Amino acid sequence: MHRTGELYGHFETLEQQKESATLGMWIFLVTEVLFFGGLFLTYTINRRAFSTAFGIGSNTLDITLGAGNTVVLIMSSLTMAMAVWSAQVGKKKLVSIFLIATLGLGTVFLGVKAIEYKQKYDHHLIPGHGFDMRYRSAHPTASDDLKELAREKQEVQTAIKSDPDINYHGQLYFSLYFGMTGLHALHMIVGAGLLLWLIKGSFVGRYTPQYNTPVEIVGLYWHFVDIVWIYLFPLLYLIDRHH
Amino acid sequence: MSDTLTTPALELPHKHYLNATYGSGLRSWLLTTDHKRIALLYLCSVTVFFFIGGVLATMIRIHLLTPGGALVTPETYNKLFTMHGVAMIFFFLIPSIPAVFGNFLIPLMIGAKDLAFPKINLLSWYIYIIGGGFVLYSFSTGGLDTGWTFYTPLSSVYSNSAVTPAVIGIFINGFSSILTGLNFIVTIHTMRAPGMTWFRMPLFVWAHYATSLVMILGTPVIAITLLLAGLERMFHLGFFNPALGGDPILFQHLFWFYSHPAVYIMILPAMGVISEIIPTFARKPIFGYSFIAGSSIAIAVIGFLVWAHHMFVTGESTYAALTFSFLSYVVAIPSAVKVFNWTSTLYKGSISWDPPMIYALGFIGLFVIGGLTGLFLACLGLDIHIHDTYFVVAHFHYIMVGGAVMGYVGALHFWWPKITGRLYPRALSRFAAIILFIGFNLTFFPQFILGYLGMPRRYHTYPPEFQVLNVLSTAGASILALGYLLPMSYLTWSMRYGKVAGPNPWPATGLEWKTDSPPLTENFEVTPEVTWEPYDFKNRPDLGLATGAPLPAPAHGDD
Repeated sequence: MHRTGELYGHFETLEQQKESATLGMWIFLVTEVLFFGGLFLTYTINRRAFSTAFGIGSNTLDITLGAGNTVVLIMSSLTMAMAVWSAQVGKKKLVSIFLIATLGLGTVFLGVKAIEYKQKYDHHLIPGHGFDMRYRSAHPTASDDLKELAREKQEVQTAIKSDPDINYHGQLYFSLYFGMTGLHALHMIVGAGLLLWLIKGSFVGRYTPQYNTPVEIVGLYWHFVDIVWIYLFPLLYLIDRHH
Repeated sequence: MSDTLTTPALELPHKHYLNATYGSGLRSWLLTTDHKRIALLYLCSVTVFFFIGGVLATMIRIHLLTPGGALVTPETYNKLFTMHGVAMIFFFLIPSIPAVFGNFLIPLMIGAKDLAFPKINLLSWYIYIIGGGFVLYSFSTGGLDTGWTFYTPLSSVYSNSAVTPAVIGIFINGFSSILTGLNFIVTIHTMRAPGMTWFRMPLFVWAHYATSLVMILGTPVIAITLLLAGLERMFHLGFFNPALGGDPILFQHLFWFYSHPAVYIMILPAMGVISEIIPTFARKPIFGYSFIAGSSIAIAVIGFLVWAHHMFVTGESTYAALTFSFLSYVVAIPSAVKVFNWTSTLYKGSISWDPPMIYALGFIGLFVIGGLTGLFLACLGLDIHIHDTYFVVAHFHYIMVGGAVMGYVGALHFWWPKITGRLYPRALSRFAAIILFIGFNLTFFPQFILGYLGMPRRYHTYPPEFQVLNVLSTAGASILALGYLLPMSYLTWSMRYGKVAGPNPWPATGLEWKTDSPPLTENFEVTPEVTWEPYDFKNRPDLGLATGAPLPAPAHGDD
């Protein structure tokens, strides 16, 4: 496949090449919607069936970390959009700066996610044999708010009366929590790889007002991954939050 | 050879995609980005899986020669039909026509140099190979006994066979299909030559556009579903396991949301093939071009709304069942539109009985039977009786083998001169086409009767009174096998010894016939400009004919 400058030989013009790449990314995002759609459907059906367990599960999530991460991710979308704009108006230095900022914010998001996962591990909320919804309130640590824990204990005990299999159904919630946020995080990691590739190109001034398709379509991808989180956050963290 | 063709001794073009040298030998194939070479890579790999699936089918038919089962243990029998289904559906039928002929022909038919994303095209082949590797690993280390449907919790909890690698393999392979569909859609949107408007595109391209829609919208759903089932099996999660609160019916909904439209991934491209062959050998413009094009899209769209007709006996609500039954009837309408248009094209045509035409006519007959028996199954009351019987097995084999595979073999015969530049023996290939038709009917028609009489599918044993029909079916299978082996041998032979075909041996009307056979790597010397309507047999200046002059007879490989 021969190539003249940025134009591959099987295209007639740069416009045709850009149109193809952009359409390709949009279609890819459509497939992503369907891919996540299966998970959202599974979530919806199970949440309706086991709303008590899902409510308790939702309450164990740290809303401060979750909301903070949401802000971080929206900021990263802003810097991504700025990177695209910088490329379009030919400010080559700004392209690099905004791409690096996007990568930085994405990394912060993943770091916070890792902290949240570690919390769940400590509280025996990883689905599997050690899973126990009652573990945390029965094993308080120095940093825990005891009043809060007592309330949580009370809540689980009441719930067990109406749903004796709460530990199974709670596992469903956490399977979905890890499945959905894990798949989202995987997309973030792929996005981070793409950003690294863009940053490398931006250092040699590859993106100009005439040619900036890679920045634009990675931008599309990054915004999509953001939007997935915008749905995940209320579904997993906010629904059924009552204290 | 016809008298009207001027040059009696045709020669292969000096330079074409097969002898073009970029790198050397195997490397030039494994790293190629030429859509035509990638199509041939697919041709070889789907043939391997067709063989594997075929051997498993042969073992099934031999086993069913006697009521008690002649060949294998019940456990092994479960593995045979599962692996037959997995190999044939995911690794032969779904990629067969799109990845081989769609890949080869779409850029040629719309006057492009390649697909929009040549590297992604190669990537999709590698993904197919990696997915296929996982599945073959599963087959060879304990096999697979869940049925190709992977219903949970059998697949996720109870099965002791190698389910995990198979699920991983099919999950991976899905991305090959997604990328192919994405590539086709973008190519059809952005790569058309000047003058190649949407309604001047060959119907083959329309069919592939519709197929690609199904590929990009359905495949991600099976991917996530199998991912969840695989995670459930590996980490003892409960998404679809009722013992842990999960919902097995949800798995079936998600599974069929892809796997019913997947049937249209198999049949739509074959319909595209038939829409090319019929006008060529009836020497007439196709009847109702825009209706055939539109019906492809209609099948793709409505095909997404019928999935729960696979689940009439799972206890879904009566209203859901009614709706899905009705919609399943509706999808028959665009399919019938195609059949009526093909037969109207034949009417008063000057038909010649060349091998591709025999396959195309065979397709119409078998597809009509397969489609109409599908309506039996869409009927709620009748489905209770024939659900999970051999009636279903016969029905979908009429669609998938009688339809999709006939289309595939027909396409092989129709475009073989374009792919290799050579013709194959006509008498022998006509004989093979008829053998295939007879063998197919003898194999699968008795299964309609068996199913109607109550023989359940997937059983390794049956009551003695069903033996005659089972023996007939097995006898038919041996004839069917001959019908596949014959083309395989004479087509291989023709690659070296066949008569040189020339650019347009039939002659047909598409852009792909207006370049060399085999074509150049770049497909056309200069980008063509389309000024004519599709299927125009009257104006053929490219053949050196005056307007309205009779076309030369089809060329053939016999002396």
